[in-house]
Amino acid sequence: MSRIATRFAALKAEGRGALVTFLEGYDPDPATSLAILRGLPGAGADVIEIGVPFTDPMADGPSIQKGGLRALKAGATLAGVLALVRDFRKENAATPIVLMGYFNPILSYGVDSFCNDAAASGVDGLIVVDVPPEEADEIEPQAKANGLDLIRLIAPTTDDSRLPRVLSATSGFVYYVSITGITGTKSASGADLTAAIPRLRRHTELPICIGFGIRTPEQAAEAARIADGAVVGTALVDALAGSLDEQGRAKPDTVRKVLDQVRALSEAVRGVKKAA
Amino acid sequence: MNQPLPNSFRQGPDGRGRFGQFGGRFVAETLMPLILEVEQAYEAAKNDAAFLAEWRRLLKDYVGRPSPLWLAERMTAHLGGAKVYFKREELNHTGAHKINAVLGQILLAKKMGKTRIIAETGAGQHGVATATACALFDLPCTVFMGATDVARQQPNVFRMKLLGAEVESVTSGAATLKDAMNEALRHWVANVEDTYYCIGTVAGPHPYPAMVRDFQCVIGDETKQQILAAEGRLPDALVCAVGGGSSAMGLFHPFLDDKGVAMYGVEAAGRGVDTEEHAASITRGRPGVLHGNRTYLLQDGDGQIQEAHSISAGLDYPGIGPEHSWLHEAGRVNYVTATDDEALEAFQLCSKLEGIIPALESAHGLAHVMKLAPGLPKDAIVVLNLSGRGDKDIFTVAHHLGVKL
Repeated sequence: MSRIATRFAALKAEGRGALVTFLEGYDPDPATSLAILRGLPGAGADVIEIGVPFTDPMADGPSIQKGGLRALKAGATLAGVLALVRDFRKENAATPIVLMGYFNPILSYGVDSFCNDAAASGVDGLIVVDVPPEEADEIEPQAKANGLDLIRLIAPTTDDSRLPRVLSATSGFVYYVSITGITGTKSASGADLTAAIPRLRRHTELPICIGFGIRTPEQAAEAARIADGAVVGTALVDALAGSLDEQGRAKPDTVRKVLDQVRALSEAVRGVKKAA
Repeated sequence: MNQPLPNSFRQGPDGRGRFGQFGGRFVAETLMPLILEVEQAYEAAKNDAAFLAEWRRLLKDYVGRPSPLWLAERMTAHLGGAKVYFKREELNHTGAHKINAVLGQILLAKKMGKTRIIAETGAGQHGVATATACALFDLPCTVFMGATDVARQQPNVFRMKLLGAEVESVTSGAATLKDAMNEALRHWVANVEDTYYCIGTVAGPHPYPAMVRDFQCVIGDETKQQILAAEGRLPDALVCAVGGGSSAMGLFHPFLDDKGVAMYGVEAAGRGVDTEEHAASITRGRPGVLHGNRTYLLQDGDGQIQEAHSISAGLDYPGIGPEHSWLHEAGRVNYVTATDDEALEAFQLCSKLEGIIPALESAHGLAHVMKLAPGLPKDAIVVLNLSGRGDKDIFTVAHHLGVKL
């Protein structure tokens, strides 16, 4: 069983939902990024998403755009992010790692060698935002051959006729984009989500995580109650950004401030008891 | 290329929106259903006689088509070689070719029941054309424009506002056309229910490259009739500047299967293709994926997109329409370059010899005509797509010539 499947099965047995965290790799510099990464499991992250910085992040809001630019300025590359994962894996063999980003850096690296190197580095899944199922043959065979899950976004605009197609191209877990919009700009209502998730459940057995509009511990708890997990990105990137000095450099308490936020989110998610 | 040449260069794209390996639909899932809806609506519209009749009526009575094909006699005499004709798209209402595809798209948006229009713009020509059509059809319009371009294209910014459009100044990235397109796509994702995105060039996810091309083909279709009437034969060469490449696709496409017609797409070489400051995606870039399609892009070794540079805001884009990438690899169209300085020289020459102030974009095309025509016999025929007028550029040109206005 993959790390992702193992983790969700364990959480189900525990009777709770998952906290999935997102931060850009190399934000604001490689050392701080690695220190945060190493602290995430202890602070309560169940699944870790690492953003692969790209100059033109078409689906991201201002916070994550800025995080990506800080990371690029700090020298982020796809190869650098893979090195970050290898360093993380020296200390942690259990927490699933998902890389999230855009297709061009992967294309530039070479799809075959990227999937091969990602798996060897300890990556478990990929979210390639701008490769919809219609273009799946660009990366799906290579990802499968290397045992990498391809996690797909499902949006409120994904209608019933399209849903089976998108879900059948998904593995690992389903990432439900709770809003029609870019990351971190608005929040979905509980009522919308309560209606949306059963619609997905009719078509898939995979765990469902909700993201794109989850900021607070309360929202994370609600997402974990309605679905199988909550993805929090922008709020963490904002916490990180807020801890930097005027030149955008990490301060001594940057790592702690981000991890404190993760702890608060995790407590809220763990507070929701679910049927095992 | 090892693949055999196709029987026709005019069959693309395929069902996946591909021209060979280029094109496609590389967008986030939130946009995907909408892209499919646009495709379906366009497929129906292009076979709808009433839709096409309405578009043709607007082109004739509102835009002023057909645009003339002008034999530039003084330019021809000056260059001393081939006869040079100008396809005078700059005489269109709003001053450029952009309006052709905008009217088609706004009619489509209305047919789809969309009630808001967004657009991106570089030089401001597409923004002005979109704002114009939205005024005519009483639709609210938001134009995304890079802050750098807002500063250097003030006359067009004011025009858009006069026409009732909102201009969103985009400050992310280099604050030029690429970033305006990112922002327009982000806005569209958040407003999918009521909003139509009117793309200004033959790039973006399928069906935009094919749809914008189809609407712009009016340029080449007219040129073909006009040159046959004037000369009794097809031209030897077509020349057009390429940024995203909509004016060039519009001129070239109807001639692609006419073997004797050579074609030159002129990329902006900025300060030179061997410097860091140019916008020559085919000449110096390599294939990648950006803004919904696979095409030639300016990018670094890690796949990060690089900033383009050109004196012409309309060519200041690090990519190019996917069909151009395909025509390049198939060897059907020659992609060449002209520098800022060459374009400035052509800009001044055209003004003095023909009494026509060309857009800086079109001046890049003319700069190549100035290289090409002298080497051709006097009975050869070259057609330049004079895609826009240069009124909007006089401040930029004055600045570069050291003139204070």
